[in-house]
Amino acid sequence: MGIGIRIEQLRKVYDSPPPAFAGGFGFGSARGGPKNKKKEKKKFDVVAVDNISFEIRPGELFGLLGPNGAGKSTTIGILTTRIKPTAGRAFIGEFDVWQQQVAAKQLIGVVPQRPNLDFALTAREILVFHGAYFRQGASERKKRAEELIERFKLTDRADHMVRGFSGGMMQRLSIARAMMHDPEVLFLDEPSAGLDPQTRLLLWDIVRDYNKLGKTIVLTTHYMDEADALCNRLAIIDHGKIIASGPPADLKSSIPGGYLLRVKFDSMPNGLIAAFEKLPGVTEVRASDHGADIYADRGGSLIPAVVSAAQAAGTMLSDVNIQEPSLETLFLHHTGRSLRD
Amino acid sequence: MNWKTFYALLSRDGHVARRNLVFTLVQNLLQPLLLTFVFGRILTAGGMMQTGFKNILLPGIITICMVMSGVWAVAMPLISEFQFTKEIEDRLLAPIEIRWVAVEKVVAGMIQALVAGLVVIPSAWLAMGSGVEINLDQPLAFAAMCFLVALFAGAGGLALGCSIGQTQVGLMFSLVLAPMIMFGCAYYPWSFLKSFPGLQYAVLINPLVYANEGMRGALSPKVPHIDMIIVIAALAAIDVFLLVVGLQRFHKKAIG
Repeated sequence: MGIGIRIEQLRKVYDSPPPAFAGGFGFGSARGGPKNKKKEKKKFDVVAVDNISFEIRPGELFGLLGPNGAGKSTTIGILTTRIKPTAGRAFIGEFDVWQQQVAAKQLIGVVPQRPNLDFALTAREILVFHGAYFRQGASERKKRAEELIERFKLTDRADHMVRGFSGGMMQRLSIARAMMHDPEVLFLDEPSAGLDPQTRLLLWDIVRDYNKLGKTIVLTTHYMDEADALCNRLAIIDHGKIIASGPPADLKSSIPGGYLLRVKFDSMPNGLIAAFEKLPGVTEVRASDHGADIYADRGGSLIPAVVSAAQAAGTMLSDVNIQEPSLETLFLHHTGRSLRD
Repeated sequence: MNWKTFYALLSRDGHVARRNLVFTLVQNLLQPLLLTFVFGRILTAGGMMQTGFKNILLPGIITICMVMSGVWAVAMPLISEFQFTKEIEDRLLAPIEIRWVAVEKVVAGMIQALVAGLVVIPSAWLAMGSGVEINLDQPLAFAAMCFLVALFAGAGGLALGCSIGQTQVGLMFSLVLAPMIMFGCAYYPWSFLKSFPGLQYAVLINPLVYANEGMRGALSPKVPHIDMIIVIAALAAIDVFLLVVGLQRFHKKAIG
């Protein structure tokens, strides 16, 4: 029961601007005119996924977390047969997604980052035809479409053309469509982008319920709380590389000290960093622009000691930001950048 | 090969085509029918054209209608579905090889071309009034021509739809399709170009010349036309070429 996913040394290098599949590749088109095509092609060499390997267990709710342009959508694109990897292999269950595309496609459902609904059809027709593509019988697909329409609160607009749907409705319908053929693996690429909080909670419920049926779910997100709330296990991805992976709780506890104090000063006298390192409870200090990132086992209670140390070194504290243990802190710890940078 | 999925893809296109039937028919057939009425009826009744012109014009009109219907039926949806919205993604993720999704588009285009042909034959005939001497004495040649012209439309639509963007559609029509139709021997037989020897051989690169000459050879064999064997061989070669190019381009567009 359940289908796992395996990725072996996967690499994707774009030598031309990628087709705008799901968007979110994070780099704009660097193309000039048609002249010097060869030269130009060489210049455009973007490593979107850089030799990554990981495994997703059957029935797992797995999250790929990272900022825009980290390589999440490319990874999903490869796993869903839509992007050809430059090197490496990826398997859905026992099927190599590039060599055995049809078998792999049969097992997966995909919710793209941007809704790509068939504008020539109504909501109900989209579901029914999707079922037909997956060889469902006429009465089965009619019944299942009706259930999903109800579940996703689309009953009022079920027989309308989708062109006039709001963003949230399109997103709901996209998810319903991906679940129409009851796939063993469900991919959701930034599923809650653009959703109102209520719909987001509905989505979380639906994802959890689907996972309870033993289905494997892979979602990408750049929302910490979403990854934290939903996923059994996470891989944090940045610049095409996996920088950390594990259950959210383990990842958070791996941050040295847990708390992060981002402090800034009027000036940065020599020896200040060393002084912070000697403070009780501090596990790691990194210099930052006009200040320091202090990892410690305490938050606010460390501030007086930090202020004293600064005064002793002849400078004044100008800004302080305390972050509790979170995936955000983890990302910052590994990359030196905030997720939203 | 997964026939059920293929059939489902085809049903989807059929469903959409039926929904837009009236609009599509008006878009593809009105202009040629008006042209038929003016040149085939008004000008012949007024003595400006000989009655025999009707027999030259009708096969040409049938071919042009089939080609335009088929090309547009495949190319226009492809152009928009591959654009920003990526509507085609749902079908690319269907459990079937990518190339069969493209082949399905060609088959859908062929069916639409044949339907357009079926509609235009009686209506153009009616628009011309009396004096049309069309015969179906060569049903095999006619069937072969219908198939090849429909395939030309479907495969041409695929190649075209995967080669140009939405912004170039208007330009494509005025720069490529309009000259192709005018120099495609739709409204005159190829032999009439003998006073323009350079042009007469230059137009041979235009697939529509073979389509129109062949249709004329099948329906109005008395009108001078290029030998049917040459026509069928040339058109079949062009169809295969367009299909190969179309499939390659589709694959390139579909896979990142």
